[in-house]
Amino acid sequence: MKMKTLFAAGCAAMLATAGLADDHKVKVGMITTLSGGGAGLGIDSRDGFLLAAKLAGADNLEIIVEDDQRKPDIAVQLADEMIQSEKVDVLTGIVWSNLAMAVVPAATAQGKFYLSTNAAPSMLAGKGCNPNYFSVSYQNDNLHEAAGAYVKNEGYSKPFILAPNYPAGQDSLTGFKRLYGGELAGEVYTKLGQTDYAAELAQIRASDADSIFFFLPGGMGISFLKQYADSGLDLPVVGPAFSFDQGILQAVGDAAMGVKNTSQWNKDIDNTANATFVKEFQAEYGRLPSLYAAQGYDTANLLLSAMDKADVSDADAFRAALKEADFDSVRGDFAFAANNHPVQDIYVREVIKEGEVFTNKIIGTALEDHANVYVDECEM
Amino acid sequence: MTAILFIEQVLNGLQFGVMLFLMAAGLTLVFGVMGLINLAHGSLYMVGAFAAAAVAGATGSFLLALAAALAASAAAGALVELLVIRRLYDRDHLDQVLATFALILIFSEGTRWVFGSFPLFLDIPDYLSGPVTLPGGIEYPLYRLTIILTGLIIAAGLFWLISRTRLGVRIRAGESDRQMIAALGVDISKLYTVVFALGAALAGLAGAMVGAIQSVQVGMGEPVLILAFVVIVIGGIGSIKGALIGAILVGLTDTLGGLLLPELFKLFMEASAASTTGSALASMLIYILMACVLIWKPQGLFGGQA
Repeated sequence: MKMKTLFAAGCAAMLATAGLADDHKVKVGMITTLSGGGAGLGIDSRDGFLLAAKLAGADNLEIIVEDDQRKPDIAVQLADEMIQSEKVDVLTGIVWSNLAMAVVPAATAQGKFYLSTNAAPSMLAGKGCNPNYFSVSYQNDNLHEAAGAYVKNEGYSKPFILAPNYPAGQDSLTGFKRLYGGELAGEVYTKLGQTDYAAELAQIRASDADSIFFFLPGGMGISFLKQYADSGLDLPVVGPAFSFDQGILQAVGDAAMGVKNTSQWNKDIDNTANATFVKEFQAEYGRLPSLYAAQGYDTANLLLSAMDKADVSDADAFRAALKEADFDSVRGDFAFAANNHPVQDIYVREVIKEGEVFTNKIIGTALEDHANVYVDECEM
Repeated sequence: MTAILFIEQVLNGLQFGVMLFLMAAGLTLVFGVMGLINLAHGSLYMVGAFAAAAVAGATGSFLLALAAALAASAAAGALVELLVIRRLYDRDHLDQVLATFALILIFSEGTRWVFGSFPLFLDIPDYLSGPVTLPGGIEYPLYRLTIILTGLIIAAGLFWLISRTRLGVRIRAGESDRQMIAALGVDISKLYTVVFALGAALAGLAGAMVGAIQSVQVGMGEPVLILAFVVIVIGGIGSIKGALIGAILVGLTDTLGGLLLPELFKLFMEASAASTTGSALASMLIYILMACVLIWKPQGLFGGQA
């Protein structure tokens, strides 16, 4: 402690005399989606991240935010620009797995740190893992695995499962089946971006399903739930948190009431860090925080905790400091597995109405201290 | 697979088809009469949905919301025609595509600016929600039946308008020879504005009706726009009848393909793989249909001589 104070004083003296302030600053490049249909997610990630930086009063943190328009080519351009001309130390913020796949391997290969606020595809957790890549959110399969475990524990024996026909959708159903392990009433891949689910609902009706699991992020989920509510079907519905997140629940409305969904975070997790986050987020932005905001907030706090312990120019020390994950996560217990993905509890939430606002409450824990199946494949 | 499931899917295909028709009708009129490719047609669909969601949120009335959707999209259409499109008639198609693509971006970011980045809430009114039991024991959502009915009524209304009214005569004349009807003293620029606003209103109505069962969000119009183009190419550009037949053909192919192809593949493949392959092929089916129609009839099913 004494050493650190001395060092800080020394730095301050240097700053005063020579103006060499930059060697202690960490420059963060945030690439996220701020325009177009998926903008809500990126805006929440950004707002959560900036809130944490603001609350910490971190003036040694410089954050550049750019909009990737949800396009991989633009994300790659932005990353090149940030690395080459802005000389950032850390990249973060990408929401979508396909964009992450385009940016992360190249960035880590150039010695930059990448902290994921959301996307965590299996390719980056297993063989493609990298010591400089940390996922603060989850591994993509986690919430689906938790849903599978929940469906099994609840004693459902014939779930009907559906997801869009693209890599994350296929991972979703694989993840669900991994921990569910039983018989299915049906398995359907829908078109990516599909908005009409009449055909799938008719198939569910014709099957002998006793429950439904679906992974349909964004607008697809809104459409599905509204049409489900109108179809006259009355089966228990389970899904990962993405379709029941704060940002889109209001657009689903009554159709989402009572739906069970799995998430590693909710605003009613009882710890000081979370209480502060929920309160300050509402005060700052005038809306309830979402999962993405919580992930952004945790990512910034992880970064700040590492900055307290090590200098970013010393990559090994900084990496070790990140890996310690010595920060107060809004999720409570948080640690990194060997492949730099979280070990954490995953909860089951239920959609409720608080006054006029639709939101979630935790009703149980689906998986405790859950890591991911790719840990053994990762060599680093 | 049961007969009930099959009939239900036919109804679903029909419902999807009439919605596509509302989009395609405007597109085909504008292209037929003015020779203009309007990529921003999907944005007018979005404008209708957002106007409906805003009005439904403020007043709670679904009928008022539909009226607002019609009015807002017609007004947006007329405004766009007067300010931008009017300058494009004499340009070639590439200029039109560029300018209307710019309009998509302006509409999208403008809407996001006004309404925010999160999807809006618009729901089916109580009196139209829930399923009804049709003869034969088929349970089908009342709202979707209403969509089918509304679509068919509008189709009938359009046929009447085109074949029986003075405006219809001018539209048909405009399709056959633009210079000639201008020379005969018809106020061609007013006709263009009216046709454009009419097409926009139909798109807006489709947006509002579909918005109630799907999500009202920025960019919702573009996927539908692509399908609407497929419809008018199949139906023959400029033909309302072609748009109707094309839309229903596309709706049925898409819905039944998604159901039947995975079933077909299950006969000789493992279930999970059959589902993946079947749905992948099903999403190509309407384009295969379009290619086949074009080989058979290069002008589309009801296309005239260009």
